Amino acid sequence: MVDKYSVFSVMREALRGHTGWRPAWRDASPVGVYDVIIVGGGGHGLATAYYLAKNHQRMRIAVLEKGWLGNGSIGRNTTIIRSNYLLPGNAPFYEFSMKLWEGLEQDINYNAMVSQRGVLNIIHSDAQRDAYARRGNSMRLNGIDAELLDLAALRAKVPYLDYENARFPIQGALLQRRGGTVRHDAVAWGYARAADHLGVDIIQNCEVTGIKTENGKAVGVETTRGYIAGKKIGLACAGNSSRVAAMAGIRLPIESHALQAFVSESIKPLIDNVITFGAGHFYISQSDKGGLVFGGDIDGYNSYASRGNLPTIEDVCEGGMALMPMLGRARLVRHWGGIMDMTMDGSPIIDKSPVENLYLNAGWCYGGFKATPASGWCFAHLIARDEPHEVASAYRLDRFAKGYVIDEKGVGATPNLH
Amino acid sequence: MRIHCPHCGERGLQEFLYHGDATVTRPRDGGAEPTPEWTDYVYFRENPNGVHRELWYHNVGCHAWLVVTRNLRNHQIMAVESAYDVALGRSS
Repeated sequence: MVDKYSVFSVMREALRGHTGWRPAWRDASPVGVYDVIIVGGGGHGLATAYYLAKNHQRMRIAVLEKGWLGNGSIGRNTTIIRSNYLLPGNAPFYEFSMKLWEGLEQDINYNAMVSQRGVLNIIHSDAQRDAYARRGNSMRLNGIDAELLDLAALRAKVPYLDYENARFPIQGALLQRRGGTVRHDAVAWGYARAADHLGVDIIQNCEVTGIKTENGKAVGVETTRGYIAGKKIGLACAGNSSRVAAMAGIRLPIESHALQAFVSESIKPLIDNVITFGAGHFYISQSDKGGLVFGGDIDGYNSYASRGNLPTIEDVCEGGMALMPMLGRARLVRHWGGIMDMTMDGSPIIDKSPVENLYLNAGWCYGGFKATPASGWCFAHLIARDEPHEVASAYRLDRFAKGYVIDEKGVGATPNLH
Repeated sequence: MRIHCPHCGERGLQEFLYHGDATVTRPRDGGAEPTPEWTDYVYFRENPNGVHRELWYHNVGCHAWLVVTRNLRNHQIMAVESAYDVALGRSS
C-alpha cells in the first residue's frame, strides 16, 4: 500500500511540518463500464467495495455517494459494537462482524479507535434476569462471550447507578466484554482509503436518479453526473432503500423512521463501558473527547426529515435519569436525527432482488453500525459469487412471504425493532 | 409536531399512538391461507419520501382513529380526517 500509515510515517511528517500527507482517497469521476456499482457510500457500501476488491476476482468497482463520504448514518450513530444476539440467524453473523472489528485496523491500516470496553445490559426484574441468562447461554453456545453479573459484581464495576430506584431496582447485568465502541467516521474513512488503494472509484456528489433495466436485468444507473453502466449493481442505501429500490419497481418490507442521538458537554472520564437501561430504552457511553453519547427509541412515525420531536427527547432523558441520576448535572450540547430503514422483523436483508443483477443490502433498522464489516464482507460475497455467505444466509427478502422472519424480540410484524 | 384532532383541537404528540400506513387494506378472506395479498398487507410498504397517509390513535384524548396526511420530508401536516369517515368513503 502506498502511503502506509505507521509510527515511522508519523515521525517523518512531524519532522517536516506535516507537509507530506496526501489525500486518503482520490476524488474519482465515473469512467467507462464497471463490473460492480455500489449505490451508497456509507459504511456498508464502502466496506462492500473494499471486500469485493480484496477477497474476490479482479474487477472494476465504483461506489456512488449522493453527498460526501460519511454524511449519512455512518457519521451520526452512537458507535456501539456488540454481538449479544439470541437467534441462530443473527448470532453467527454479528459474531463474524465482531471478529472483523477485532482485526480491522491492522487489515485496513487505519486507526478506527476500536475499543472493546464491554457492553452492560442492566437487569431490573426476575423475569429479565431469566431472559438475559437465556440470552447469555445462547451466546455462549454460539461461541460468543457473555457473563451474567450479580448485584455485587455490577456495583463493584459501576457504583454510580441508581441501585435503590423504587420503580426500577437493579439486580445485575449481562456483560459482553468484547463489545464496545468504534470511532464511526474513521470506519468510513478507513474503508474508503483502503478500497481506493485497491483501485475502487469512490464517486461523491453523484446521486442515483434511476435504475436502467433491459429484459428484466439491471444494466446501469442514471445519476446527477450522467449515465453509468454496470454489470452488477448493489444497493446499500440505508434510510433511502425504499426510494432507490422503487426506481427498479421493487417494494420492500421497510419503513423509514427518524432516530435521535445525543451528546453532553465534555466531562472527565466517568463511564468506561457501554451501559444499557433494561427497564426502558436508553444506552450510553463516553467518547474519548469526554462527551456522554446516548440514545433511545426511534421517534416512531415514518420520516425522511433527519430530525425528530421533543417527546422522544424527553423519553430518552427520563430513561437516563432513572438509571443514572447524576446525568441531570451534565448539559446536553448536541442532538441530531438520522433516517433508519426499519424492517418489519427488526432484521436486515442481504439478498438478490427480484431484478436480475441488482442486489439488496437494506433494513438495518437502528443497529447497522456494528454490522458494517460483516455486512460488507457478506454483500461482497453475494455479489461476486451469486450465492449468500453462510453467516448471512437467513437475511433473505422472501422470508416475510415464507414465514421465516427473524424476530429477535418476539413481538411480530412491527417496524420498531432491531 | 402537533396534530389537530377534529374532536379535541390541536394536541401534542405525546397524546397519540402511531399505527403506520393508512393505505394498506386488510384482505377479506380471513387469512386461512398465506396469500401474497396477506404478505403485502402485513409486511410491505410504499414508504414514500413525500406525502404519506397514516393512521394515528388519540390515545390520551377522544380515542378516535385518525387518518393524517403528512409530508415526510418536513413533518408538515396537510390534513386530518376521521378514520371512520375515510373507511365509510372507501366502502361506499
